[in-house]
Amino acid sequence: MSDNGTFKPVIVGFLCNWCSYRAADLAGTSRMGYPATLRDIRIMCTGRLDPTFVLRALQKGADGVLIMGCHPGQCHYQEGNYKAIRRFALLKRTLRQLGLEEERVQLHWASAAEGVRFAETVTRMTKEITALGPLDWSHNWPNEDPYALEEAAHE
Amino acid sequence: MSDKKGKLGLYWASSCGGCEIAVLALHEKILDVAAAFDIVFWPCVMDFKYEDVEALEDGEIDVCLFNGAIRNDENAHMAHVLRQKSKVLVAFGACSFGGSMPGLANFTDKDAMFDWIYKQSPSTDNPQGTLPQKHSQVPEGELTLPNFWRTVKTLAQIVPVDYYLPGCPPEAHQIEAAVTAIVTGQLPPPGSVIGPDVTVCDECSRTKNEKKIKHFYRPQEIIPDPDVCLLEQGLFCAGIGTRSGCGALCPQVGMGCRGCYGPNEGVLDHGAKILTGIASVLDANTPEEVDKILDTLPDPAGYFYRFHLPQSLLRRRALGNGQKQTAKTGEAT
Amino acid sequence: MSEQRVGVYVCHCGHNIAGTVDVEHVAEWSANLPNVVISRDNKFMCASTGQEQIEEDIKEFDLTHVVVASCSPHMHEKTFRNACARAGLNPYLFEMANIREHASWVHASDKDGATNKAKSLVSAAVHRVIHQEPLQPMQVDIRPETLVVGGGIAGIQTALEIADAGYHVYLVEREPSIGGHMAMFDKTFPTLDCSACILTPKMFDAGSHPHITLLSYSEVEQVDGYVGNFTVRVRRKARHVDEDLCTGCGSCWEKCPIKVIDTVFEAGLGSRKAIYRPFPQAVPKYPIIDVENCTYYKSGKCRMCEKVCPTEAIRFDQEDEILEVEVGNIVLATGFQLFDPRRIPNYGYGRLENVFTNLEFERLSNAAGPTEGKIVLRDGVTEPESVAIVHCVGSRDKNYNSHCSAICCMASLKFAHLVMEKTGAKVYNFYIDMRSISKGYEEFYHRIMEEGASFIRGKVSEITDAAHTPEEEGKLILVCEDTLIGRPRRVPVDMVILSAGLEPRADAQEVGYMFGAGCGDTGFFTERHPKLDPVATVTEGVFIAGACQGAKDIPDSVAQGAAAAARVLATISKKQVNLEPVRAEIDESRCSGCRICNNMCPYHAIDFIEADGVSRVNPALCKGCGTCVAACPSQVINGAHFTFDQLIAEIDGIMVDVTAGALEVV
Repeated sequence: MSDNGTFKPVIVGFLCNWCSYRAADLAGTSRMGYPATLRDIRIMCTGRLDPTFVLRALQKGADGVLIMGCHPGQCHYQEGNYKAIRRFALLKRTLRQLGLEEERVQLHWASAAEGVRFAETVTRMTKEITALGPLDWSHNWPNEDPYALEEAAHE
Repeated sequence: MSDKKGKLGLYWASSCGGCEIAVLALHEKILDVAAAFDIVFWPCVMDFKYEDVEALEDGEIDVCLFNGAIRNDENAHMAHVLRQKSKVLVAFGACSFGGSMPGLANFTDKDAMFDWIYKQSPSTDNPQGTLPQKHSQVPEGELTLPNFWRTVKTLAQIVPVDYYLPGCPPEAHQIEAAVTAIVTGQLPPPGSVIGPDVTVCDECSRTKNEKKIKHFYRPQEIIPDPDVCLLEQGLFCAGIGTRSGCGALCPQVGMGCRGCYGPNEGVLDHGAKILTGIASVLDANTPEEVDKILDTLPDPAGYFYRFHLPQSLLRRRALGNGQKQTAKTGEAT
Repeated sequence: MSEQRVGVYVCHCGHNIAGTVDVEHVAEWSANLPNVVISRDNKFMCASTGQEQIEEDIKEFDLTHVVVASCSPHMHEKTFRNACARAGLNPYLFEMANIREHASWVHASDKDGATNKAKSLVSAAVHRVIHQEPLQPMQVDIRPETLVVGGGIAGIQTALEIADAGYHVYLVEREPSIGGHMAMFDKTFPTLDCSACILTPKMFDAGSHPHITLLSYSEVEQVDGYVGNFTVRVRRKARHVDEDLCTGCGSCWEKCPIKVIDTVFEAGLGSRKAIYRPFPQAVPKYPIIDVENCTYYKSGKCRMCEKVCPTEAIRFDQEDEILEVEVGNIVLATGFQLFDPRRIPNYGYGRLENVFTNLEFERLSNAAGPTEGKIVLRDGVTEPESVAIVHCVGSRDKNYNSHCSAICCMASLKFAHLVMEKTGAKVYNFYIDMRSISKGYEEFYHRIMEEGASFIRGKVSEITDAAHTPEEEGKLILVCEDTLIGRPRRVPVDMVILSAGLEPRADAQEVGYMFGAGCGDTGFFTERHPKLDPVATVTEGVFIAGACQGAKDIPDSVAQGAAAAARVLATISKKQVNLEPVRAEIDESRCSGCRICNNMCPYHAIDFIEADGVSRVNPALCKGCGTCVAACPSQVINGAHFTFDQLIAEIDGIMVDVTAGALEVV
């Protein structure tokens, strides 16, 4: 998909089991529409989020990554989301140095009761990523090896 | 010369030469190497020509220790040649394993780098703005330079690699162990990193406590307690997420681990592991407080990916708009 | 690794999924995913035929893993895990893709998008599931003793239920007597029985029960261990009275020369002595010395109580005692606190003297209270001729507490009744909505209306003594918009009662942290499931009952207390409990002892083993959040069922090109 107006971003979501995943469930049971851009993965807590997962999603072609957990102070495991805050802050600085736009990777909160907030967050992020265009990370890795190029040309 | 003697090749691609010194640091053990192998290629130390190695039969070299990253056509050419000529190809040292210092160029781009090196840097005097040319005509004929890539790659990203020997440079005792393993045929499964699967903390004698980081210091800012974990004292140390084998050389002398041995087994992204370890123990729970602490850690990506940026998941900084896809083996500027 | 054989089942859920997602296409497409040997669609996977299909296929196709794409795992994960288990497949070799709540129901206007998303979620599950490993729940023994924290009606009920079943209970109460808020009330709605009359027998039972150790005037300081085996440290604060000798005769507080305003039990309207028993029916009956106000502790003199005590029970040198108890289960019944109406300055509480709180009114109206049940103004003599009752004070208000306090409507009606009955005063109720949802409540509402109380629908914006007219002189004027007639009103009265809302206790967060129970966005303790598991918490063996879980009235508190007791008794009678195997484990052979993980765990499950230089997770304490797993810089902590490999595979699976490899429908 290219940036000719039909670009529909792919956003990989990491949702905590207790708050944001349930918020997504609630958005579903309440039939709140939002763009079909988010592909979500359930983790028990945002504290489980290894920054490697975010990098992996981007490497594999995601246009954005959305991490959502319980509101600060309301973590199901008391303080897992504080660890997520810390890692996210450092990851954001690291990704900035790798030339990634701020909007590509976001951390938000939604309680199990906040289906609306969940749907709004996905909608807003989709708009932001659509405006940025595709990330296409694999294209940052040009094949410059003349031998490999030659071989590819033969095939 | 007995028939049983194996053939050894050593090569340096984009590297500093430290790995060559490391081989010599085997001291008298180098004689064992010489006893076990005929050295058929070692351009740093002996006079070989590329034609010599190109003339060998495929697979004629028993073991090739290849150091250095792949940064231009010449490096890639030799990687392909040596892969073809060698039974066992070892990515030797941090550059061929992870990209290392040359790989830091992936934080920028070739054009920006050339501009700085050949035009802007204060020590440069280049009023004509001359840049290296792939082809230049001189009275004697045409001179060529190998094409300089936009992106630094690791050896394994160019050709299949059998073993990895990490380190900047690999420690003599590990080279010795690897050579012994090769000589005696006791090699680990192909694709292995040769070395222990624990981190630098395992070998570091400093006392470790529960960690809480309130502030980061540069090494010149404080005199650290000689007995306590450096990270706990606010000094950046990549040892928590870096493979051991070096004997914790840097932390033992008060300098945080730089991360040259790369990640543990199973890790996909070395930087991400150091990042998560350090971020986890920041002593703050709000974005504002966390940012305040992180302001004392300049250039985090540089710290996390000092030795392994090309080998990481994202491999380099994003190319600017219009640079993607079209980036081919274009002419040098 | 032996051959992986995955079965995929895509559910129509009637029209719920199939109306939006091209279910048949998803099933056909999924058949080409790696390791998939059978892929089907089905009208209702959760129906017995759907489940049987899985069971048959596991046997027929020798499936090693199963993926069901249907609703949220919170809905039917257990259902399908059980189906797998019935067919002999370990339930943890099952994975679910949520294509209803997360796809069909939210992308109804984008059928292609919904179908693509469903494909990607199925692919994620298929990629992930082959890395899943069989897991076994961990079994731990359950000690039969129980700790109940809080001696209000919910805690008393819990303690009695468990003790009556023959198991020992430690009932810890912070105040000198059990009874909680209910002991302060005059009458209870809607039956109007006397609160003390129905509560006191229960208090007495709890105080004298052979299976209850009552630890009043005590607080829990530390909790260690895990379900079945908690060790709890309790501080027994010094009463300065020897309970073995004291008979509760009352000579000491009769003779004590120091009068202190009682801000706890009498809500500041009455007084007590420096040595006192909070109220006549207090359990236990022993008094305590208030060292803040006692002359002896200030000047070393007086000792009147000591002189008059016939059994020589006064102990000025008594110190706090630390007690350690071992229990298998814990029930938190720590109750609520009242909203402080001073936080709404425009209501004038604390400034306008005849503005009362609901608790003050309870004490006024109580025959055992400071006015012996006479409803009078703050001067102590004048009966009001008109009374306003303001509902929802600090409740249902974004500025303070957004939740409904659940009891104020009914309590306000009760106040209306008591005022009219005792004084004949005119009563105005200012309400937002009337909520009378339980048995007998609506009838009570009608009764009070018939008794002549006025109801004004509108939120009071201000209570003032600034009169606009001669009739308003000397009165308190309530300013509001009467939303039924659509006009602002000013209603002058003699007395105002503020129905202050119920709030979580100020220390709920800390207490929750100590016991491993989290607090939700309103600050009350969070139940494991709001509908289906209302008294359990995320921590195994820790239950919640009463108003600490959310604002509720007495019948609901009692019901929850009994429910929590039933849960406790069930685990006690099972003698053992199964713990979810989703937990962390450190590969000690690869742990380098960096200690990054050590302070990741809020449950103190990670210990550093100094001798071996490695960290270790106590599996019974681990709740499986995975925070330490993600922190480990050498990646040697395994988070069961959410392993690194599983999650990476899920990411890789979710990113497959859903537009490629589509089957052509013939």
